[in-house]
Amino acid sequence: MTPDLECVDLVKRFGDTTAVNDVSFSVPPGSFFSILGPSGCGKTTIMRMIAGFLEPTSGDIRIKGGTVLDTPPNKRPVNMVFQHLALFPMMTIADNIGYGLRRQCMAKAQIARKVDEALDRIGLPGIGARKVDELSGGQKQRVAIARCMVLEPDVLLLDEPLGALDLKLREHMKIELKALQAAFDTTFVYITHDQSEALVMSDQIAVMNAGRFEQVGTGQDLYYRPDTPFVAGFIGEANRWTGRIDRVEGATLEMRTDTGLAMRATAAQPLSKGDAAEIFVRPEAVHLAANAEALAQFENRMRGRVTSLLFNGAASRVLVQDDAGETLEVTLPQTGEFASLKRGDRVHIGWGAAQAMCFAGAA
Amino acid sequence: MRAEARIGFILLLTPLVLWLGLLIVIPHIDMLMISLRERISFGVYEPSLMQYDKALTEPLYLRTFWRTAVMSVLATAITLLIAFPVSYYIAKMARGRLQQVLFMLCLIPFYVSELVRTFGWMILLRETGLISNLLQWAGLADQPVEMLYNDAAMMVGLVYTSMLFMVVPLVTTLESLDDSVVEAGYDLGGNGLSVLREIIIPHAMPGIVSGCIVVFMLSLGNYLTPTMLGGKDSLWFTEMIYNQFIVRSNWELGAAFGFMLLVLSSVIVWGMLRLTGRTLQETMG
Repeated sequence: MTPDLECVDLVKRFGDTTAVNDVSFSVPPGSFFSILGPSGCGKTTIMRMIAGFLEPTSGDIRIKGGTVLDTPPNKRPVNMVFQHLALFPMMTIADNIGYGLRRQCMAKAQIARKVDEALDRIGLPGIGARKVDELSGGQKQRVAIARCMVLEPDVLLLDEPLGALDLKLREHMKIELKALQAAFDTTFVYITHDQSEALVMSDQIAVMNAGRFEQVGTGQDLYYRPDTPFVAGFIGEANRWTGRIDRVEGATLEMRTDTGLAMRATAAQPLSKGDAAEIFVRPEAVHLAANAEALAQFENRMRGRVTSLLFNGAASRVLVQDDAGETLEVTLPQTGEFASLKRGDRVHIGWGAAQAMCFAGAA
Repeated sequence: MRAEARIGFILLLTPLVLWLGLLIVIPHIDMLMISLRERISFGVYEPSLMQYDKALTEPLYLRTFWRTAVMSVLATAITLLIAFPVSYYIAKMARGRLQQVLFMLCLIPFYVSELVRTFGWMILLRETGLISNLLQWAGLADQPVEMLYNDAAMMVGLVYTSMLFMVVPLVTTLESLDDSVVEAGYDLGGNGLSVLREIIIPHAMPGIVSGCIVVFMLSLGNYLTPTMLGGKDSLWFTEMIYNQFIVRSNWELGAAFGFMLLVLSSVIVWGMLRLTGRTLQETMG
């Protein structure tokens, strides 16, 4: 099947800086593809190149198999939902949604019918005559999507559209966006720096850093099987140690940390004895226990003292200082077992070597 | 405390009231009274509508009145047509320093007085002027060309004088237009023309209207430019007012002319606002 969108060896340079460095990816039809990365990593540049507002320095962009490099933005079969939505404040909602259809010289009656259909689709029937500034943030969001979707684009680009919304609404819109994508059955390419947006909504996520794609995969791939230390550190929380490899036994290896601890972990990439390395352990992979026996099945065990309790409902954490003086983040189980835990308590912690990922570190 | 606040309020209000009262309201009432009387003999006056009757029946007066109105509207339209692309470039295309420099360039001609600026045009356009000599040197004309003293020269002067007052409000409103709104216009299939018509102009409307009002009033009330650059046929209504007051010492008719001009500008500004569906409050606020 031809992918809806394909970028091949895409490069964009601004003067001496390379904003996008040799990026290739393809997005299958009807899927939700996210580009996730910190601000300034070049993700918006990619999106603007796909939309046609920037010309790539080299490489090719293909939509449904055909190159669009010579197609101006107003003729490309892609539409964009802008960061601040960019609804036209001088028009009513109906005129906003009908804008693209008017450009196609469609008959007035047909435009009106299509606009009504689109408003029904986004669950806001009968608001056509209102002004843009009379709508709430979430409603504007949906209108911005409807404005693009009436044109039936091959690909819909979304540039951090949830950034301006408050937390509660953002959580709600995540689910809604995913539902809208299923309802319109269109390929979405979504840009964000918020990992939870990407993880919740996407079929495929590309993690981007300094102009390059670090890894492309499903949310589970990125979370459980990161390819690079950047991905391991960027997606989710992680405790991290640096040190040198002491021993290698197949996929399992032992590292001596800079503070002198011995740790067992699973190699995420080939490493040999003496290499500088870095270990990542997720806070939820670390088990808390009152005594050492309960942790007997884990390869890594330590004792420590609680320095702080970070209460955040289901995502509550404990900061534990180990005997070497380093602080670890540990997820606090919500089973009631540790309800009485308080600052200064001595605890035992442990985690399996399978849950610790080891990457080559900076020498 | 309350009494102090009240005194402060009164002190702040006094200059405004004095200015409005002494310079605008009282002279206008006086003008209206003068225009509504007829001189019977030395020092003897009678209330009468004769001045208005004269102004509205004498073909020269009436013709000058309408010509001034039409030419001012034309000058406003030409100023808008020239200023809009200039302002768009300054507000949206130019970046950083260039933007400031271009804006300053619009402002610099206004450092010198209008009289000097108008003389500048005369130096360029007169028979022995720069352009005439240039055309002869290039072989495009075989004798000196006189470009002064006609409607075109006057129009050039009027547009030039008003330019800044159109550029400033336009730049201000265009700057507030979000770039991504324009991009969205293109992204959804619009071309340059439809983005201009449906997005940029509606957004710039407050600036267009307020710029047009200011330029129109400045042109209508201009005296210097039509007098110096205009020809025999380019009589401006302000010149007639001047003539009646100063040359003919006929204050009664001059005052009537003054009131006609006031009514004319009010009607045209009101019409302009009606046409664009805006209120004065929106435009000035």
